[in-house]
Amino acid sequence: MALKDYPVDECLLQGNASCPGCPATIGLRLVLKALGKKTIMVVPACCTAVIESLYPHTSFDIPVMNIAFEAAAAGASGVEAALRQQGRTDITVAAWAGDGGTYDIGIQALSGALERRTNFIYICYNNQIYSNTGIQRSGATPYAAWTTTTVSGKNEFRKEMGEIILAHHIPYAAQTCISYPEDVISKITKAKNIPGPKYIEILAPCPPGWRFSMDKTVEMGRLAVDSGAWSLWECENDVMTFNGKSKLILEKKIPPKPVEEWIKYQGRFSHLFKPQRDEERLKAIQKYIDDLWERYRKCYLKP
Amino acid sequence: MKKYPVETSLSYPKKGAMGKTGSWRVFKPILDKKKCVKCLRCWIFCPEGSIHREKDDSVSIDYDYCKGCGVCANECNVKAIIMEREGEKKK
Ligand SMILES: Cc1ncc(C[n+]2csc(CCOP(=O)(O)OP(=O)(O)O)c2C)c(N)n1
Ligand code: SF4
Ligand code: SF4
Ligand code: SF4
Ligand SMILES: [Mg+2]
Repeated sequence: MALKDYPVDECLLQGNASCPGCPATIGLRLVLKALGKKTIMVVPACCTAVIESLYPHTSFDIPVMNIAFEAAAAGASGVEAALRQQGRTDITVAAWAGDGGTYDIGIQALSGALERRTNFIYICYNNQIYSNTGIQRSGATPYAAWTTTTVSGKNEFRKEMGEIILAHHIPYAAQTCISYPEDVISKITKAKNIPGPKYIEILAPCPPGWRFSMDKTVEMGRLAVDSGAWSLWECENDVMTFNGKSKLILEKKIPPKPVEEWIKYQGRFSHLFKPQRDEERLKAIQKYIDDLWERYRKCYLKP
Repeated sequence: MKKYPVETSLSYPKKGAMGKTGSWRVFKPILDKKKCVKCLRCWIFCPEGSIHREKDDSVSIDYDYCKGCGVCANECNVKAIIMEREGEKKK
């Protein structure tokens, strides 16, 4: 589908509370174009709960249920059960949560909903921090990144949520990024039409959180993929496919850009470059990415 | 709009739920329609949904709500959108 084939209708209204250059609203616009109006979204505490704006108004032109930080997947399970009782099969239930709400506090509810084979789409927009509360570290924050709780850089590496999800062997799981509208829309559309639990994670580069200029949101996502710091893939019934540039990187048809090409634009890594280069940590960041791809190749590259 | 009789805090959809967010702008995107090739990249990427798309796929900017982030200018491959400081006019 080309851009011109996407619906003009917007389910996320203008004049909301998002920061200028917000990746969450780019993601929401794309996701809602794919899901359409017959969607109920369940949103836990995260930036998106703020983007909904102030009572008694909301910027969402679809029904949204807000729920506690840890409970997106549990809340969505309840909505799905209620719709099932009413015999409504025409409505998509989607949880939309941040990385904090997914990797950390919401992982138990999420794992449970996947294991129960709940018929819903769980979407995680991953800005690699708790941004709503002022940029704290999460399980998705990369090694060495500054946050307000890792002032000299995070000591630990991020966890690979995708791999945790794959261990549930659900009908559909995917990783994408807001910089690739075709990829986002095709994956959400596919998930919409598959019964059972679906998981889609969207990388969402956040200007205030990552400390880059707000006009570069989309560019930062592209560089993440070009450098292999993020990858585009989908796994349908245990068949794994890498997409776009990520496929070429997996098959070694193109070399990924050095990860430095991605991090050098982000203020959250600036302590690695000044007053002098921190070669040790720069190497460790690159090694993590190299090792991840080697693991992917071992698991998913057919000889 | 249908109102629901429920005893909970229920919000209803409204454009401009945070007011006219165009007032947040420091830089203003200026579109040169002559350069535009109607690729719709600015439309799909505008975080605010403030780029309107017409039937013929031409685009226009809604300054009431555009927050001036500059994503549209950065993503336009033919430089049909430039950013100008509010109140200053480039020739
Ligand atoms: C149980 C609980 N602990 C802490 C909070 C405070 N809190 C609200 S949102 C949030 C961070 C959300 O981070 P994430 O899920 O990544 O979403 P983002 O803000 O980045 O969009 C926190 C810590 C809360 N609401 N509930
Ligand atoms: S902090 Fe980041 S994710 Fe949150 S509203 Fe602002 S730009 Fe969007
Ligand atoms: S990105 Fe540029 S060329 Fe494409 S529609 Fe927008 S203004 Fe026109
Ligand atoms: S400056 Fe930002 S908010 Fe304004 S039209 Fe361009 S992309 Fe949209
Ligand atoms: Mg987050």
